[in-house]
Amino acid sequence: MIRVVLPFHLQQLANTGREVELQVDGLATQRSILDALEARYPVLRGTVRDQTTQDRRAFIRFFACGEDLSHESPDAALPESIANGKERFMIVGAMAGG
Amino acid sequence: MSAVRVLVGTRKGAFILTSNEQRKKWEVSGPHFAGWEIYHVNGSPADPDRLYASQSNGWFGQLIQRSNDGGKTWEAVDNKFAYEGNPGTHQTFDGTQQPWAFKRVWNLTPSLTDSDTVFAGVEDAAMFRTTDGGKSWQELPGLRSAKGHLWQPGAGGMCLHTILLDPSNPDRIFIAISAAGAFRTDDGGKTWLPINQGLKSNFELPDPEAEVGHCVHNIAMHPSRPGVLFMQKHWDVLRSDNAGDLWHEVSGNLPTDFGFPIAVHAHEPETIYVVPIKSDSEHFVPDGKLRVYRSRSGGDEWQALTNGLPQSDCYVNVLRTAMAVDKLDSCGIYFGTTGGQVYASADSGDSWAPIVRDLPAVLSVEVQTLS
Repeated sequence: MIRVVLPFHLQQLANTGREVELQVDGLATQRSILDALEARYPVLRGTVRDQTTQDRRAFIRFFACGEDLSHESPDAALPESIANGKERFMIVGAMAGG
Repeated sequence: MSAVRVLVGTRKGAFILTSNEQRKKWEVSGPHFAGWEIYHVNGSPADPDRLYASQSNGWFGQLIQRSNDGGKTWEAVDNKFAYEGNPGTHQTFDGTQQPWAFKRVWNLTPSLTDSDTVFAGVEDAAMFRTTDGGKSWQELPGLRSAKGHLWQPGAGGMCLHTILLDPSNPDRIFIAISAAGAFRTDDGGKTWLPINQGLKSNFELPDPEAEVGHCVHNIAMHPSRPGVLFMQKHWDVLRSDNAGDLWHEVSGNLPTDFGFPIAVHAHEPETIYVVPIKSDSEHFVPDGKLRVYRSRSGGDEWQALTNGLPQSDCYVNVLRTAMAVDKLDSCGIYFGTTGGQVYASADSGDSWAPIVRDLPAVLSVEVQTLS
């Protein structure tokens, strides 16, 4: 299972806790994780990535394994430690505003 | 026994304020959607317990919420606003053309007769409609054909912020866009006509009388007289007696004719309200005094309404969607400020009192009169 950490507002929308576990079939990528997340919680469609372009929203970041993966290709394979659930895939609201 | 329900959208959530017809004691519910910008909450005239709310923020984008019980509980509905086909480009500040891109929903206006049909005014400016209670949204793309390539954003964004449905003609809708102007459809949204003749934007446009490009802040009508429209423009208060074909200025003796909202009394079609703001450079009320101005003659002659409103050291603004009226026998007027106050008058504006004083900045105020 892949462990995904959600920011506060997305936890509220999805009526879930800080961490959710997702079954992702095939290669673990940003796209496959977000596909699984949106399938489980349809209310999150459009909140992490644009519904039309599928681009990551500007103030969303993806952190994992101590790295900022936000600018990686959405189809790039994520580290094995994320795929096997040892590390968490974190969806983060970027620091912005005051 | 009648009641009123005031639907308040703020920078950090929605609030629902309820009272009986006396409008002296209020119950405050909220914040709903805490932490989110709520640009608009509006109720269905056909089913007052059906509410729709526009929920957004800069991180997580746009959601639409629906309530079937007057705001006690909510459910998210579809939030995909996809332009029809290739929407092309519009002007922007630096003179270049920018592609149309959806940013947020500014206005949700339910149909007068069907609670599942709702019109949504969005940024970048376009009109969408749902006919299934928000399960899906479809654009009315004909609007962009009304010289959309010449529209450009105002400081708040290129937003379709005002929607007026003609109660006598379901095919006629008026809308306003900043900074494009006012537009009318007479065929249910298939085709649209700019209705900006008579507007003069001397310091905002190179051609002050251009067909499109005016920064219209708000328009209003009385339902018994849908051919008569009132407008608060960036500068100037105007009226049209022919459904927008021609406008003339009615600013009269206002201390300043810059402002955002304009509203019409529920029972007196010639009684209108504005809140003058010092200028486009200083978005607060003049002289530190919060004054609503009322005209009982459809404009030109204005009277300051101050009883119960702060008359010193007040520097708030009242945004374009943040004033509304109820339909009780003694008409109630309501407005919210950027300082978080919601003021109410139960006597057509003669006297005022705050319902709440310390909300987040108020973005929108709508009122439902319940029987």
